Amino acid sequence: MAALLPTASTGTPVATDIPVEPPAGMRRRRWVPYALLAPGLAWLAVFFVYPVFQLAMASLWDPSGSVETGYSFAWAFSNYSTAWELFNEQFVRSLWYALLTTVICVLLGYPLAYAIAVKGGRWKNLMLVGVIAPFFTSYLVRTYSWKAILSDSGPVVEFLRWTHLLGPDGRLLATEFAVIAGLVYNFLPFMVLPLYASLERLDLRLLEAARDLYHGPVRSFLRVTLPLSLPGVLAGTLLTFIPAAGDYVNAQLLGGPKTQMIGSVIYSRFLVVNDYPIASALSMMLMLTILVLVMIYLKLFGTEEVV
Amino acid sequence: MTDQDLCIENVTKTFGGFTAVDDLTLTIPDGSFFALLGASGCGKTTTLRMVAGLEEPTAGRITLGGLDITRMRPYKRPVNTVFQSYALFPHMSVADNVAFGLRRKGENRADTRRKVAEMLDLVQLGQYGSRRPAQLSGGQQQRVALARALVNQPEVLLLDEPLGALDLKLRRQMQIELKRIQTEVGITFVHVTHDQEEAMTMADTVAVMQAGRIEQLGAPAEMYEFPASAFVANFLGQSNLIKAEVTGQADGHVTVDAHGNRLAVPSARCRVTSGTALLGVRPEKLHLADGLAAVPSGHAAVQGVVTDASFTGVSTQYLVRAPWGSELTVFVPNSGIAAPALPGAQVAVHWSPAHSFLVGS
Repeated sequence: MAALLPTASTGTPVATDIPVEPPAGMRRRRWVPYALLAPGLAWLAVFFVYPVFQLAMASLWDPSGSVETGYSFAWAFSNYSTAWELFNEQFVRSLWYALLTTVICVLLGYPLAYAIAVKGGRWKNLMLVGVIAPFFTSYLVRTYSWKAILSDSGPVVEFLRWTHLLGPDGRLLATEFAVIAGLVYNFLPFMVLPLYASLERLDLRLLEAARDLYHGPVRSFLRVTLPLSLPGVLAGTLLTFIPAAGDYVNAQLLGGPKTQMIGSVIYSRFLVVNDYPIASALSMMLMLTILVLVMIYLKLFGTEEVV
Repeated sequence: MTDQDLCIENVTKTFGGFTAVDDLTLTIPDGSFFALLGASGCGKTTTLRMVAGLEEPTAGRITLGGLDITRMRPYKRPVNTVFQSYALFPHMSVADNVAFGLRRKGENRADTRRKVAEMLDLVQLGQYGSRRPAQLSGGQQQRVALARALVNQPEVLLLDEPLGALDLKLRRQMQIELKRIQTEVGITFVHVTHDQEEAMTMADTVAVMQAGRIEQLGAPAEMYEFPASAFVANFLGQSNLIKAEVTGQADGHVTVDAHGNRLAVPSARCRVTSGTALLGVRPEKLHLADGLAAVPSGHAAVQGVVTDASFTGVSTQYLVRAPWGSELTVFVPNSGIAAPALPGAQVAVHWSPAHSFLVGS
């Protein structure tokens, strides 16, 4: 037994005479990591920490103030309960839509990413360009064109009416379907790219090993491919769920009053109604809710590779 | 022929226009340690993958114990593989890797745990069950791969260059270890390697493959002493091959003319008995003498000049240039009997005709 186990090389007296202190030239460079961090930290401080602090303050302003008269800080936690009472429907709907969007994106994106990464061959790069191509035009323009595609006189509705899948007065625009379709369309690349990245690294020889060890295609997938692509699933779902929950463009352009999401409420509170305290309270609520949900999610499914 | 022989019958595999395995027929007896030896691209790995079910033969059939497994899915075959890359599942512990096949076969938990523990003990990794593969050294990973395949008690274990990634010393240890395990479990091992020494050390039977065909098949010592072709003579160890014309046969010997030297080879050691041939002698079977007068009677000899002498520890390796220009390699054991010959010295290279062989050119 002893012969087989590789023995660690023993007792070579190494470097007892080398000084423990690094030479002066090395010591002087200790500030280098901090210098490299500084620009990013400064950016975060100015454009993230301060605005969030400002937002938190604004959410506690006295709601009786206005843009004209100015606001006073009043620890007005009542803003939060008011916001919840007024907009809990949109709030819950946003999380629900984001969840649906994420699930549909996984179901559509996983096979797509798998096909590109594993079966893509020489078409791999072209297919990837296809996934990224929508980013060449603006998010807003693309969503507007969906409005045209799904409009009542558009080809999709006409076809669905013709096949009687939709009643003679049936429509797609201003329905949940349109909003979720828009969300899925807009966020699919954020799901596909991280999935692709993790499936691309998959060692196909592991699948051969699984097949050799009595696992058919389905079981090989469940026990090897899927667990090894979990970091990608995790990253993709976060990149989809978080922006989808706060999105307002899709609900605004493709939805109606019954499909309003919290993003559009915050938008109109800030910019149309100019009700800063409630808008800020809604923003804080959304941010904290997502933060808590993500932390629970990572705790349940997190792998050390991602977090 | 026992019941679980692995038979490869007229198997051909082509990839596009390239023929990887060319009408191969081979019977691997139950319980043997069989080595497929060849340079890279000779078709040995393709043959192995067809037995594993990871490639499908273009033509021919493969049977195991009389059962046709040619088109059987890999996960249904009673065959397991130790992959060259080991292909250990990185997201599972060592014990889970080893249990991977057993769980699928529906073994109950207690049995699985016991078998995994036994197998890890067999490969001397009993303490490492809870580690991840990445936390093990190359040699340890190799043994996990072996345990993961062996624990399923396959009819045939396929080993695809399993020691290729290990350093020389570890490779030697693992060669002995694999041989010990094979004797212990009695499963048929089919071992693919490009390392002739590895094949000879471990296998009962070695098949030398070239260009998708078997060049020679037999016990290692047999093949080494009497190779079937110039390719085998050079691939299995080193050989001095001297071009020779067959001039006749007499008294159980074939006589040849090699660049003006009349030499004899026992008829039983001749693969060819007419025309142009190659006379072969292994370097360690050549001896050096100061001159033709010092050559023992009955030995064949040629004269030459020492061009190089390299001391390798166990032996000294001489290069002797023969009068016709080519160089002969001579290994002289460092047993301290004779003083070393120096480069430039005139010597006679001699050998017992019983150590020479004649193969087609």
